[in-house]
Formats: sequence, structure tokens, C-alpha cells
Amino acid sequence: MPRPIEIRTSPHLKRAISVDRIMRNVVFALLPICAFAVFQFGLSALLLLLTTTGVAIATEWFFSRMSERGSTVSDWSVVITGILLGLTLPPGFPLWMAAVAAFVGVALGKAFFGGLGYNVMNPALVGRAFVQAAFPVAITTWTPAFAPGRFVELIPSTLTMPFMRPEPVADWVAGLNLDAWTGATPLALQKFQHIEVPLLDNALGLVAGSSGETASLLILACGLWLAFRRMLDWRIPLSVMAGAALTALPFWLMDGNLYPTPWFVLCSGGLMLGAWFMASDMVASPVTARGAVIYGVFIGSLTVFIRLFGGLVEGIMYAILLGNAVGPLISSWTQPRIYGVVKKTRESSQP
Amino acid sequence: MAATHSLPSRERLWKFHGGIHVPDEKSLSNTRPVEVMPVPGRLVIPLQQHIGATARPAVKVGEQVLKGQLLAQAEGYVSASIHASSSGTLVAIEPHPVPHPSGLSALCAVIETDGEDTWAELPEPMTHYAQLDASEIRERIRWAGVVGLGGASFPTSVKLNPGPDQRIRTLILNGAECEPYITCDDLLMRERAGDILAGARIMHHLLDGPRILIGIEDNKPEAIDAMRFALAETDMRGYTEIRAIPTLYPSGGEKQLIRILTGEEVPTHAIPARIGVVCQNVGSAAAVADAVLEGRPLISRIVTVTGRAIVEPRNLEVRIGTPVSDLIAHCGGYRERPRKLVSGGPMMGFEIAHPEIPVTKPTNCVLALTETEAPDPGPALACIRCGRCAEVCPAKLLPQQLYWHARAKDLDRVQDYNLFDCIECGCCAQVCPSHIPLVQYYRYAKNEVWAREEEKRKAELARARHEAKQVRLERQERERKARLRQKKESLEAGPARSGSDQDAKKAAIEAAKQRAAAKKAAAAKAEETDDA
Repeated sequence: MPRPIEIRTSPHLKRAISVDRIMRNVVFALLPICAFAVFQFGLSALLLLLTTTGVAIATEWFFSRMSERGSTVSDWSVVITGILLGLTLPPGFPLWMAAVAAFVGVALGKAFFGGLGYNVMNPALVGRAFVQAAFPVAITTWTPAFAPGRFVELIPSTLTMPFMRPEPVADWVAGLNLDAWTGATPLALQKFQHIEVPLLDNALGLVAGSSGETASLLILACGLWLAFRRMLDWRIPLSVMAGAALTALPFWLMDGNLYPTPWFVLCSGGLMLGAWFMASDMVASPVTARGAVIYGVFIGSLTVFIRLFGGLVEGIMYAILLGNAVGPLISSWTQPRIYGVVKKTRESSQP
Repeated sequence: MAATHSLPSRERLWKFHGGIHVPDEKSLSNTRPVEVMPVPGRLVIPLQQHIGATARPAVKVGEQVLKGQLLAQAEGYVSASIHASSSGTLVAIEPHPVPHPSGLSALCAVIETDGEDTWAELPEPMTHYAQLDASEIRERIRWAGVVGLGGASFPTSVKLNPGPDQRIRTLILNGAECEPYITCDDLLMRERAGDILAGARIMHHLLDGPRILIGIEDNKPEAIDAMRFALAETDMRGYTEIRAIPTLYPSGGEKQLIRILTGEEVPTHAIPARIGVVCQNVGSAAAVADAVLEGRPLISRIVTVTGRAIVEPRNLEVRIGTPVSDLIAHCGGYRERPRKLVSGGPMMGFEIAHPEIPVTKPTNCVLALTETEAPDPGPALACIRCGRCAEVCPAKLLPQQLYWHARAKDLDRVQDYNLFDCIECGCCAQVCPSHIPLVQYYRYAKNEVWAREEEKRKAELARARHEAKQVRLERQERERKARLRQKKESLEAGPARSGSDQDAKKAAIEAAKQRAAAKKAAAAKAEETDDA
């Protein structure tokens, strides 16, 4: 009887998992966070997320066409990049700037390196770092959470025309008549006025901040779900959290009025989102188990140092990008002891 | 590990890193007893079915051969003899496709069987082997052509001769059979437990009395019971233990099984004998018992014919040399067109290009997989460095780094990442979400390294030869100069002689000739250096 000619080497069985299934699961894990972002910040957050995701997909499609490798959109990884980028931007961020961020993130952060698997850094954060440098005012303009009318009207800055200065939101916010609104995120409040918002508000995401970073507990739950499904390396987020908390602890013990509590550090800013969904990006993190722990602690600890002593209010983005950069080095330092080698010494590695 | 720590050492099992759980599919084929395949019309018996040198033919084409007659003699120390598996006429010794991943042909003895199945005269059984010299028993095992039946087919007699300065403390019988689908060892243990133990007893004698550990995965409770029952009947209980080990692929890998049963690791680049362990497949033990106690050579083996594409999956006792297509026909043929026909298990076996290739000593399984069991994984995507491969690697390697450097053909880096500790079990490729054929990359890199080493060896040889030539040329030049000087001196010593004119002329011609020769030599030398 005729046989198919194609011969493959072992193993021959059906594979257990595929890249697009892993990526789809990450997208599923991000959806509740997106839903909360829209619930919290309204239409503007929705448009922001749609813009970043749409532009990211279009950019990926364009570059994969240019490279004649066939479309790589179907592996879903670029959807993650788009969503994550949207979640890390302020809810009223002008859409055209968000589009720039998505384009730069996918083009410069991913496509130029060769696409999925070859990028050195997290593409979403590359895009965000770019707009942080390009539009420093817009990216630090915050609007209150749960503003009335958020489902019927947009934050005025959202629809800024390209290359135009965004409309200031202060007047619009003043028109909302919110008593408690100070125009600052919990991180800035703590840093400059040494006021900590109540822990519960912070953990549940009842505060201002980037559109998808505030609901720490929700992010933690989504991340844990993913970790239990073995779709992300639990070592990385846990060591980021441990690194951040343990670095913050001695300062808080030294001067509890000046420095934040470790739980505030964990629940504020983008730490939770960064730890669970961005530092854990498989492509840009170390490949060894011990390396993952070192990398995580490095990121967590660096975040706290930037927050406490740097000029910036938030440090998770640069900490992760730096962690990505040193990842390969950490990998090569932390090679596991292989079967049959008693001690990794110069002598024993010789046959 | 803490919980098992308190158990007495004889009960304790260790763990190896990684491993994967794959649906074992053993119930497809292990519910029917082993059936003996009838004699096929034609046997194609490859002259090399083992690791080592090809055996030398001991019969001529056209000769009548009998069952068990020697067809080819082991050549060299690491080699194994080949015997006729039924009686008939030897019609040819010619190349035929053989079970090899390359799909290439090799020298085979082709026998037209007569259907009589007449035995040749066999050597005397060595029932009192305990009184015999170890070398005599080893010679018998070597004569019988016994090789490792677990897949690697290394000559058993060589493994049973660890050398005078290597004390073997543990003999491990491998009944793990960790590959999915395969059940030939399972059935062998159920049906011939006594023979396996008898073979183990002979090995115990040959290795100077080591303890015996028999490792069987706990998905084979019938085999474990049969072996325990058989052990109770013997005098071996004092030094033999049968241990049920957790089902986890690849616990039947030699290094992994040693780790599970003894807690020790075979040093990298060394054989188990270095740590006082010898590992043998249960099938090899039964073959040793046949050879020593019955005087029967290894001419048949149990083969699992399975896969969901087979109508009646089962185990067959098959004569070496029977075409694979006969086995499939005997099991009712195909239920549906298979997508893959594999020799060996699904994790480490290789695809068969020609279904008429013969069964050989290491053929433990013929696997016909359907489209559902083995769908096309599609083109490989880029590695996303998810690290699943490193989690499951039983050698604790970093498969994605190996892949990366193998793909870049960086042969030095790939060896820094311990390429040669890879046992090619396929766990990494099985869990790879990008569906990268990782094992193929490692095999490729290993071959490249071997090729490069061969190249290096050749270059080294060429360099040595070149240097020797250089030394020779220099010596000749020195000698020539010395001769010239001598001649000059002798000329100067007798300038007044008659006919000096003629001599001077002769000398001038000679000198010119030598100058030309020297020039030539220099030119040749220059050319050679260029070549080098």
C-alpha cells in the first residue's frame, strides 16, 4: 500500500500543547483585568485598549508580510502585547499617542529583532518607554477612577488630534465635583506627601492610576489562575513580589513615616501587573529556574529603589526592561547541575 | 523525599529530574497472550543487528541451512553472531533495506524456508554453569548472539565482562518498559518470569555475586506479580529484589533507572560499570538463560504489533528476519490507513520507509499510528523560551539553549551545554509548544561534532606527515651541503692533479644539477606549504 513519504524523527505522538494555546490563555487571563479597567475608567479605557491592540495587530501583520514569512498574527502573542500596553497607559491617554506606542513597541521591540521568540525586551514596555520619553506630560496625567458619566462621555484628552497638545483635563475633572481628588496616584501621594491610601482601596483598585494596573488583587487572581494552568513560570512573579517587599521592609522599619509599607509597595502602581504579566514574559526572561528567581528579585528590588530614591514615581517599567537586558547573563550564570556531574568544577567538566 | 527518607534503604526509591506522563496505551496490546508467528516463506536476516562490527558470513549462497545454524561469526570483541531462524536454502547474501533510521540497505542473508523448521545440532546445555569458568559461559553467550534487547543492542557478553578491576555491586534488570504502547517486556515477564530469573542468576554468577534489583513500572501489576511469584520459587531471594517504580517516561532509560533504584548517577561520559552497576534488559536475561541452559541461540523475540491503525494489536513471538509486513498481516492488517509506521516506541522509535524490512534483535515494537494519534504537528514556530523542555529533561540539560546553538552550528557552545549527555528521549520535543523537532537538531549536532573530530584527526595526521617531510628535506639538504664541502675540500687538497680541468667541469655540471634540484625542491616545498 502507498505510504506517505514524509519521514519525521521521534517523538511521533500528538503534541501536548501549542504556542497559540498558551498565548490564548494569557489573553483570557487578561480579559477580567480589561473588564475592570473599562468598568473603572469607562469609554476612554475601552477605546485605549482597542487602539493599542488594533495597532499592534496591524503592525505585526505588516511586518510579517514584509518579511515574507507569512502572518504571525495567529499566534496571539501580539494581542497580549497590545492589551498589556493599553493596561499600562493612563486612561485618558490620547489615542494617537497610544497608537504610536503600539507601533513602536511591536516594530522596534519585536519585529526588528525577528519577531516572536527573538525579542530581547518586552515589546509592550518598549512601546511604553518610548512614549514616556516622547510625551512625558500626557503619560503622567491622571484622571479619577469611577468618574460619573464615564460610560457616556470620554475623557477630553482621549480624542486629541495627532501632533496636537492634549487638552488639559484639570477643568474637566473640576467639573466632576469630586471631593477627594488630588490629581495624584497613590504612588505620588506617598512619595511626595508621605500619605498612604487605605490598603483596601489600593488592593481593590479604587484609586487612580494606569487603566489596568490598579486592581492588584484581581491581577493576582488572574496571574495565579495562569500559573496553576502552568502557562507562566510562577517563580518570576513571586520573586518580583518577594524582592520588592523585602527591599522595602528595612526602609519602612527605619522610618515608617517617610517610607511606604511593604504591602503598599506590592499593591501600588504597576508592580502586580508587571510582576505577573510582563516580567514573566517567557521570551525575555531567563531560562533556568534559579535564574528566574534571581531575575525576579532583581526586578522587584530595583523597582523599589527607583520608587524610593529615583526621580520617577514608578519604577517597574525600567526595572523590567533592565531585567530583560541582563536576563541572558543570568541564564548563563545559573546553569543547572546536569545528571552525572557531581560538582560543577573545571576538573569534572573534562571527560 | 523527606517522607521516604525514614524507610529502610531496600524499600527506598529515588527520583530523577523531569520526565513526562504520556498516555501509555498499553492495554491495546497486553490483553492477549503472546502468539508464535508461523514460519514465513522468506527470511531476510541482516548481518549487523548490534552495536559494533558486522559479523563475517560463515555459509555460502546455495547451501542448505538449519534452524539455529551459525550464519555469520562475530568479528572482533564488540560484535555478535547471527543465526538462521528457520531451516531452508540460503539464496543470497545481498543488500536489503534494514530497520535503520536512514532507511538505507545493508548486507542480509536471504533464506527461502522449507517449512520443516528443522533444528541444527545445538551445543550441550550448561546446567551446571556454577561449576564452570566465567569465560566459558561468556563464550556461550557470545556464540548465541545475545545482545541488549531493550533497543540499543549492545553485545551482552561484553557487558557481562566488566574487567578485573571493576567490582560490580549491583545488577539491574530493566523491566520498566516506559515507552508508551510497547508491551513485549510486560508479556515476557508475565509468561516467562522463571526464565528471566534463571538468566539473572547466570549473570549474578558471571559478575561475581552482585545484588540484583529488578525495576518494573507500576502500570504492569500482572508482570510484577508474576515476577514476585517466580522469585519466591527460587534460591535468589537473598540477593534479589523486585521493585515497582512510578510510571514516568523515561524511567526505563538506563541512567534514569539506575538513579531510581540506587540513588546514584552514572558520571557523565562514563558507563554504569564505573559506579559498579550493570544494567540488562529482562529480554536479554531470558535470552541468556536460553543460550546457557538450553544451548539455543537468539533467533526470535517478542514484538509488540500495536497502534490504533492495527485491527488486532498483540504481541507475537517472531523469528528474526520476518518482514514487518507479515506481522501486520498476521494481526489482521490495517483498520485504517496509518499515518506513520514506526519501529520501536512513539517516543524514540523511527519511521519505517519500507514495510518489508525485517524484524531484527532490537525490534521491540511495530507501531502503526493513525492520524488522530499522530497528527501532523505543522511547521515549527520560533522558540518562545517557555522553559518547558528544561523542566522535563531527565538529564537536566537546557534543551532550548542546545537548540539555539545547534541551529547556529556553534559546535563548541553546543558541547559546553553538554550535548553528549542528551539521551534523545524526546521529552523536550513532546512538550515543546512551538513543535520544534528538538531531538533532530541534537542528532544533527552530534553527527556534526563527530564529523568535525574525524576531520581534525585527519588534519592532524596530514600535519604530522608534512612535518616529517620537512625534516627529511632539511636533512637531505644538510647532507648535500656536507658532501659538497667534502668534495671541495678534496679538490682543494689535490689541485695539481692532471685532468683537473675535466673534474672541474664535472663538478660544475654536478653543482648546476644540484642547484636545479634544490630549486625544484624549494618550489615543491612552497607549493606544499600553500596547500597546507
